[in-house]
Amino acid sequence: MVANETHQAIETVFRIEQARLIGGLARMVRDVSLAEELAQDALVTALSEWPKTGVPKNPGAWLMAAAKRRAIDGFRRNKMLVRKHAEIGLDLGEESENPVDAIATALDDDLGDELLGLIFTACHPILSSEARAALTLRLIGGLTTDEIARAFLSNEATIAQRIVRAKKTLGNAGLTYAVPRGPEREERLASVLEVIYLIFNEGYAATTGEDLIRPALCAEAQRLGRILAGLLPGEPEVQGLLSLMEIQASRLAARVAPDGSPILLTEQNRAHWDQLLIHRGLAALQRAEALGGANGPYALQAALAACHARARKAEDTDWQKIAGLYDTLREVMPSPVVDLNRAVAHSMAFGPETGLARLDEIDQAAGLHNYVPLPAARGDFLFRAGRLAEAKVEFERAADLTRNTREKAFFLARAAACSR
Amino acid sequence: MRVMVIVKATKDSEEGVMPTTELLEAMGKYNEELVNAGIMMAGEGLHPSVKGKRIAFDGPSRTVIDGPFAETRELIAGFWLWEVKDMAEAVEWAKRCPNPMPGPSELEIRPVFEAADFGEAFTPELAEQEERLREKAAKR
Repeated sequence: MVANETHQAIETVFRIEQARLIGGLARMVRDVSLAEELAQDALVTALSEWPKTGVPKNPGAWLMAAAKRRAIDGFRRNKMLVRKHAEIGLDLGEESENPVDAIATALDDDLGDELLGLIFTACHPILSSEARAALTLRLIGGLTTDEIARAFLSNEATIAQRIVRAKKTLGNAGLTYAVPRGPEREERLASVLEVIYLIFNEGYAATTGEDLIRPALCAEAQRLGRILAGLLPGEPEVQGLLSLMEIQASRLAARVAPDGSPILLTEQNRAHWDQLLIHRGLAALQRAEALGGANGPYALQAALAACHARARKAEDTDWQKIAGLYDTLREVMPSPVVDLNRAVAHSMAFGPETGLARLDEIDQAAGLHNYVPLPAARGDFLFRAGRLAEAKVEFERAADLTRNTREKAFFLARAAACSR
Repeated sequence: MRVMVIVKATKDSEEGVMPTTELLEAMGKYNEELVNAGIMMAGEGLHPSVKGKRIAFDGPSRTVIDGPFAETRELIAGFWLWEVKDMAEAVEWAKRCPNPMPGPSELEIRPVFEAADFGEAFTPELAEQEERLREKAAKR
């Protein structure tokens, strides 16, 4: 094999293995930065060995063994030895005369769920959600700091600092890097799901012409969701989130017009929807429901997305079912945005006047005075109810409020249509 | 990116030789790894071409040809659809596949077309232009 080719193959193997590698090492040395360094050292060793010997049959195990050797060498020299030994000794529940032996024993433990432990650690609630997202993309997604910075429209220094600080926070918190059990697990899992969905939405919000790394975040989040669903097959909300992402992603190719303007769900060319993703999304939703999770926030949102996915034509949409799902979602996950969407669903299921009544209920809630979708929805309901003069005022208000030029043009066009 | 990983047919697969228990087990384990890595989207094994049909097109004519088909090396015995970051990752995962057939055999990886493949060369303006050309052509 040509040297360059070997190098590329080794880098790829490393990319595939690194999350598990870092996860396993972090659990052993109780320090995610050190784990990352050890993994990098193992890569360097592989880059010098494998071109001579060929890529080993089980490269993951090889890299782990190399990293463990480095860890033990490091401990032998390092003054941190005593502290680490104390921690690991505590964990093993035994005292050993020889600290190095104790560490070697700990390193030999096959922990099995390293990757899951690392996901839970990177998404730990002690970190801010931005820090969690950056760390997850770095450690599990294997993205570079530069890629993460571009993906979040930030600069490399800011992201690098965010990651360093996050690792420090984790290091100081004295975590075990294990998969949480018991009552803690639910809270921690919610945090993981939140991070994955945040990454997905960041990609979904990307517009045409932007750096391609941004839309790629959707694929990254889907992959994380699929990995998590494989690792935690019994968690209904994991299936719910996966379903939601797969179905939403199925529309990625259909939701933007050639001029870059967004196309409403009901006006998209459904032939462009990715049927494979829809199929996978519906299957995941079915699993969520079979696990008793039909009323989880993600499963409910997935069920809503599924209503649209099942309709071959916009006219076939089951708005009554959607209205009912929003009624439930509103109880499980109260938010003004859910209320607004519920009003839209009610307007479709029971007529624009019902929609207006729902909007009046929201209006009484504070904090939505400058929320663009509100006058936009009201304008639409009034328009459909034939109250054109009132509709025009609402569309103009929406046009005034928005800072997006494409949206502005859209609302002005709708306002103009009211005068005809 | 999405790729199709094609399992090429062999004399054995075309003769309907079923995989051994060992191979089925190894494949099951491999498929599980693909699922856990988050890359496996779909996959199926195919019956030999003796159960297949071909439709030949030439102008208005359609001719149905019954299997089996002769050129074994060009036939396929199964496929996966994977979602991977790049071709290198697909190659690496394909190398980890247990030998899919008893004798010498081959996997072929082909990227699936996606909108993003047109990249920056396919700007919104170009897309619109193409749309207009199509409309014109349709009117003729």
